[in-house]
Amino acid sequence: MAVARVRLVGGDGALVSAKGLLKSFGEFQAVKGIDVEVQPGESFGFLGPNGAGKSSTMRMIACVSPRSGGELSVLGLDPNIDGPKIRARLGVVPQEDNLDVELTVRQNLQVYGRYFGLGRAHVKAKAAELLEFAQLTDRADAEVDSLSGGMKRRLTIARALVNDPELLLLDEPTTGLDPQARHLLWDRLFRLKQAGVTLIVTTHYMDEAEQLCDRLVVMDSGRIAALGSPAELIARYCTREVLELRFPPGEQAAAEPKVADLAERTEVLPDRLLLYAHDGEAALAAAHNRGVRPLSGLVRRSSLEDVFLRLTGRTLVD
Amino acid sequence: MSTDTVRPPLAVRPSTGRVVGPLAAAWLVVEAKWTWYRKGWRATIGSSILMPLLFLIALGYGFGTQVKSGAATEGMRYVAYLAPALLASAAVQNAASESTFPILAGFKWQKIYWGIGATPMSPARIAAGELLWISMRVLISGTVYLVIAMLLGAMSGLGVVLALLFATLCGMSLAAPLVAFSATIEREGQQFNNIFRFLVLPMTLFAGTFFPVASLPVYLRPIAWLTPLWHGTELTRAAVFGRMHLWPVLGHTAYLLALFGLGAWLAARQFQRRLAV
Repeated sequence: MAVARVRLVGGDGALVSAKGLLKSFGEFQAVKGIDVEVQPGESFGFLGPNGAGKSSTMRMIACVSPRSGGELSVLGLDPNIDGPKIRARLGVVPQEDNLDVELTVRQNLQVYGRYFGLGRAHVKAKAAELLEFAQLTDRADAEVDSLSGGMKRRLTIARALVNDPELLLLDEPTTGLDPQARHLLWDRLFRLKQAGVTLIVTTHYMDEAEQLCDRLVVMDSGRIAALGSPAELIARYCTREVLELRFPPGEQAAAEPKVADLAERTEVLPDRLLLYAHDGEAALAAAHNRGVRPLSGLVRRSSLEDVFLRLTGRTLVD
Repeated sequence: MSTDTVRPPLAVRPSTGRVVGPLAAAWLVVEAKWTWYRKGWRATIGSSILMPLLFLIALGYGFGTQVKSGAATEGMRYVAYLAPALLASAAVQNAASESTFPILAGFKWQKIYWGIGATPMSPARIAAGELLWISMRVLISGTVYLVIAMLLGAMSGLGVVLALLFATLCGMSLAAPLVAFSATIEREGQQFNNIFRFLVLPMTLFAGTFFPVASLPVYLRPIAWLTPLWHGTELTRAAVFGRMHLWPVLGHTAYLLALFGLGAWLAARQFQRRLAV
């Protein structure tokens, strides 16, 4: 399989390959030299807090933002030379919807398809197909203004598919959507992945990354803090389970020394004490035996969120 | 090796997208605009020819009864003197309104330029498409005004066709730099009020539409000569009155073309700067 891929795509086989990729805005360095490779057919994630450099990276891959340094190849071509050629083969779902709100849902798809050099009959048929895919057929002739946030997002994704892209870039695809809308979108993205479309997703939702991504990088202040599959990252940076002990404010710090040796790592939060342990139930029982009396004790499997917080810290980023 | 011929079923299926040529690209912007515009075009045409018609009737036919034909009116009835100039004046006004808020909306309110920028279209081609669209709006509004003015008997002759082209060029020589300016605006566009108040309105009043620039005080004339409208007015009158003299016509046309060319270059550059960051 790997051999076939190399032959089909050419070069080193990666759809996206970045080495020492840099982006600066004046003095500010948004992306500080990252190395990334995305293989055909995979679903790749950029995770990170606000301001980590995810969107800047995505815009460079989308060939709408020139790189400030380093190397970048997308679909085997250099964005500095072949930007329009690459864009012809990409699908882009921006962070902020930029639909033409004065047009109808169907017109948005048709007009956008024309920019990709597609014929009128082709975009007409494609629009009908995409409306079905995005579950918007019954709103086809409504103006975009009248759509809900989730519908607009689905339309933006449908629009990004109008040219049958080889690579789909999604910048925070489900931010601001309710759970029903998010699950519908995930389902649609999963179908695309099954159909062989390569996906690159940025998100700060850990459940989204776990749902969608085969591999991901955690970005923090313009650098890559970690790379791997969700399971690998959890194994590398976290324990299997987390025990959360809740205390009245102020008492958790005093309890920490009594239980510290029960876990690989502990973390003192304003209201909770977290014990990263392979067996949470055993740690909870041991804590009880030592006379520690929290208000509540919760054992859960550790998630990408724990990895994320470990790597990027708990400080608020605005 | 057998895997050499195995293609992952859809993984590298080629995309259907391709890059369109520069002219086709500009035309696609027009096509998109038309998709929206065709719903309400009657109302828009109405409002864009209302102003010149009101001026033609109130000043040409009304106030014109008080004006004696003479050197200042080139020996013509005032309404005949005024009609071709209003063609240029309307072109400038329509061009100004099409080059301001609609451009700002594309960058700031609807952000559709960012959507188009993610396609094979380049920022310069989007700018070219906008200019093409504006020129068509100006041309169509001008045609409607022209037909009505001719039906009213204010203009006649084949020269009107040339006058229409001159008027459109005149409008575009203002539109192109204005589009470039509008593409720099980050805020709500209050600056546009100043453009209309201190540029467009004085131009329509003092650039030779209603009375010859020669009747302005000597120190004000050079300012009028700088405006695209004065050159456009000279050209539309020359075309309609059948007094096309080679050098003046070439000079005025060259000035308008230069303004347009400079503006178009600035607009393309500014679209690029704004979109490709």
